Amino acid sequence: MKCQYCEKPATFHITELTEPSGPKVMHLCEEHARSFLQKEASSPVASVAGALAKQLQLGQTKKEIEELDQKECPVCGISFFEFRSSGRLGCPYDYTFFENDLIPLLNNIHDSTEHVGKRPRRLAASADSQARMIQLRREMEEAVDLEDYERASEIRDELKRMEEELNKPATQKPATQDTDQDDENASNADSSEGEEQS
Amino acid sequence: MNPITDFESLAKNSGEWLRGTGPESDIVISSRIRLARNLADFPFIRRCSQDDRDNIERNVRARMDAMADWKDIRYIDIEELSEVDRQFLVERQLISREIADAEGSRAVAIDPGEQYSVMINEEDHLRIQVMQSGLDLKTAWARIDALDDQLEGAILYAFHEKYGYLTACPTNVGTGLRCSVMLHLPALVITRQIEKVFRSMQRINVTVRGLYGEGSQYSGDFYQVSNQVTLGHSEQALLALVGEEVVPQIIQYERKARAFLVEQNEQDLHDDVSRALGILNTAKKISSEETMHYLSKVRMGVNLGLISDVLVPTINKLFIHTQPAHLQKLHGRVLGSSDRNVQRASYLQRHLHGEMGDGDLN
Ligand SMILES: [Zn+2]
Ligand SMILES: [Zn+2]
Repeated sequence: MKCQYCEKPATFHITELTEPSGPKVMHLCEEHARSFLQKEASSPVASVAGALAKQLQLGQTKKEIEELDQKECPVCGISFFEFRSSGRLGCPYDYTFFENDLIPLLNNIHDSTEHVGKRPRRLAASADSQARMIQLRREMEEAVDLEDYERASEIRDELKRMEEELNKPATQKPATQDTDQDDENASNADSSEGEEQS
Repeated sequence: MNPITDFESLAKNSGEWLRGTGPESDIVISSRIRLARNLADFPFIRRCSQDDRDNIERNVRARMDAMADWKDIRYIDIEELSEVDRQFLVERQLISREIADAEGSRAVAIDPGEQYSVMINEEDHLRIQVMQSGLDLKTAWARIDALDDQLEGAILYAFHEKYGYLTACPTNVGTGLRCSVMLHLPALVITRQIEKVFRSMQRINVTVRGLYGEGSQYSGDFYQVSNQVTLGHSEQALLALVGEEVVPQIIQYERKARAFLVEQNEQDLHDDVSRALGILNTAKKISSEETMHYLSKVRMGVNLGLISDVLVPTINKLFIHTQPAHLQKLHGRVLGSSDRNVQRASYLQRHLHGEMGDGDLN
């Protein structure tokens, strides 16, 4: 594919996330991408395109971005290329898997990388257990397709167990550590002591 | 359950947010907050299979049905709606254009007072939205916060210790909150100061956009101001930025511009708004853009005391009711665009002459 502004091959496929008219896709060579993205960066609309521009300015080369584009989330399978051409991520785990690549983006969009404000009262599932649940769900759908209902119902039970485990007030234990206590004595983390909310 | 079939009766009423009351309601039409939320155990919509979407919808619905406060909720399966019905919900601001145009299973839950709605399978699994009339983000926040708490009790959200509520687009991550205030700014438009005002806004983390039909020269008097960032500021800080810093400033500018217009040229202004009312009262055919344009003038005229026999809530309602899908619902059948122009004119006249009364406003 050729660049929209010149004869060079288009190596950047940028989606402008300008609401509300919907995403607009640009196919550009590196040079035009740079100038387009620099312009975008000053627009009032927070956008992935603008944020990527700063990454380019900070010296990430075309080659580095191309390599990054190949990276695929092991849970949902989305590639970084697909993300930056659609502006949409594929699953919650992407924030963990692409973390290093997203941090500069978040910084450029929000001028911050840290949530301040409301949090769920129940325990947040760790990134790993969220990923695990999504994968289990996929497997369950596959099992159903293969008419392996026994396997499907095993998976359903496991999902239910995981959700019950997570269905506890957030004050109980640090969410960073709840991942792979892969034995079933999870029940000893029960929440009998005083601090019950509403 | 049957898809809702009584849009005709829904059409006759107006949402609470169009009551035309609330703080600063001469300039502020409504305050809206939406929260983007996702389920922890599904991929984001873009990577959802058909099964995933069905499951999310069924799951969320079952859990909402079980919530005590949601007994009267209307649950609408968007996939099964006709084009006109989808458009109707968009006009009413109960669903987004994006979810109306999407494919696959998706739905919206609406409370009878139309103060809140929950879209399922929009860009995020859940888009919770609350509307209030006038400038009242605080009440809107109290409602949506409570609703979010209830949903959170039943649904495991995708949440990250550091990045907050995880969303499909990184522009929404963190609080997932967008608060938007809809403003009626005819005087800033007439005095050509609107650009200048908004240029000064661009540096302070808010976005401004024209509300209806871009590209239409007649619908430029409504603007929506929203927060731009969602990460790194608390919900309260975002609400304060929009509701206590930016919007009050714009309101002041608009008031000054209105006062200026009255001072400089009261007769011209009076003439202009009276002619607008005259056209709405006598036209035999009228397009929706023209209607918007003249209603906007009349609304300002009423607020400035230049027109006395029309009420602001009536005008607010007419803005919504004269849009294409509403008109067809009110008329009870599908209408082509030239039929609509005739029906619109007659609808306007019946309401502006007060024959229908305003009894159906609450
Ligand atoms: Zn080029
Ligand atoms: Zn993923």
